[in-house]
Amino acid sequence: MPKVSMNVNGKAVSGEVEGRTLLVEFLRETLGLTGTHVGCDTSQCGACTVHIGGKSIKSCSTFALDCEGAEVTTIEGMANADGSLSTMQQAFQDHHGLQCGFCTPGMVMAATALLKENPKPSEAEVRHYLQGNICRCTGYHNIVKAILAASGQDVSAIAAE
Amino acid sequence: MYAFEFERPKTVEDAVAALKSDEAQALGGGQTLIPTLKSRLAAPAKLVSLQGIDTMKFVKAEGGVLSVGGGTPHAVVAAEAAKSYPGLAALAGNIGDPSVRNKGTVGGSLANNDPSACYPSAALASGATIVTDHREIAADDFFDGLFTTALEEGEIITEVRFPIPEAANYQKFEQPASRFALVGVFVAKFSDGVRVAVTGASGDGVFRWTEAEEALSKSFTPEALKELTVDDSDMIEDLHGSAAYRAHLVKVMTGRAVAAAG
Repeated sequence: MPKVSMNVNGKAVSGEVEGRTLLVEFLRETLGLTGTHVGCDTSQCGACTVHIGGKSIKSCSTFALDCEGAEVTTIEGMANADGSLSTMQQAFQDHHGLQCGFCTPGMVMAATALLKENPKPSEAEVRHYLQGNICRCTGYHNIVKAILAASGQDVSAIAAE
Repeated sequence: MYAFEFERPKTVEDAVAALKSDEAQALGGGQTLIPTLKSRLAAPAKLVSLQGIDTMKFVKAEGGVLSVGGGTPHAVVAAEAAKSYPGLAALAGNIGDPSVRNKGTVGGSLANNDPSACYPSAALASGATIVTDHREIAADDFFDGLFTTALEEGEIITEVRFPIPEAANYQKFEQPASRFALVGVFVAKFSDGVRVAVTGASGDGVFRWTEAEEALSKSFTPEALKELTVDDSDMIEDLHGSAAYRAHLVKVMTGRAVAAAG
């Protein structure tokens, strides 16, 4: 079987994969990084969102072999070096930006990519950016609130729901 | 997904050579092809990924033409063409969702020629030239019906050259689940006339609405479309919209595109 090497969360990793092995399968099954979820497996839901070179992509719609030499970041690589939660993760906790939590890894990855592109997004911009991330609990309100809070904006006027 | 061999060449020449083997298929950004493989609607013996070919990723504006490498993701076009060809950049920036835009490519979209994809309308309305590994094809000769193009077996889109219009706008009536166009209209105004290309509506894929082009070439205003009607006999009819509804939308979206292009 072909071998693939990449850098995941700052660590050089490699493994044998098939041509059809998806990045998400390599992450979950070969590396045991099960924080990245598979929701729909059709690139609609965004639960599998990871970063390649800092940009969000859907790891269910990317082949592992196409990530040869890539810099991949997953939800396991988001916490600070001392193990404390990143600003975005902490904001999700503070504002109850999750219900069942299944979509949360993808939401955090997408939201982190958003703030990199647009450090102070409006509420409409946040909602537009999350088009490709679906929360089946429909818990968008607090997710949006958490992201706005993580960008340093005052969210006290937004009602809790 | 059935098993296949996977190759990731670094040059166009190597990709062309790899695609010569039996049942080989090119892989662009994979945002359509990978779901298609999963549902077993395609079963190539070999996939040749074009993602490792750096010379196919660029955006440059020169002499009134915007050239985009065939392997350039939509997000890069959205960012880098924003000044030179804002109508095209806006189209690219509203395909799918942000993660899809970081992977999906212009070459992949045009080669697939999905009847509801956005890019074919921009290529056709701009009068673009599709450059492949061995020839140049005018957009007017490129689109050949549902999921069909003038591309030969194993031919790769290396570059797309869009002449930059004086004014242009794309209006997409989005199918909210798929984020494809239920109907999308790209209007491009050049010094020698207006071109109007419609996607999402016809069962034969993207087409030029020539009556609107004539009317808009005389007067570039939404009112110029007033007396026109759109024949619904070839329109797509599905659970998202009837043929008559799509025909109606063609006119409405064209009017909006003209108004927005100013």
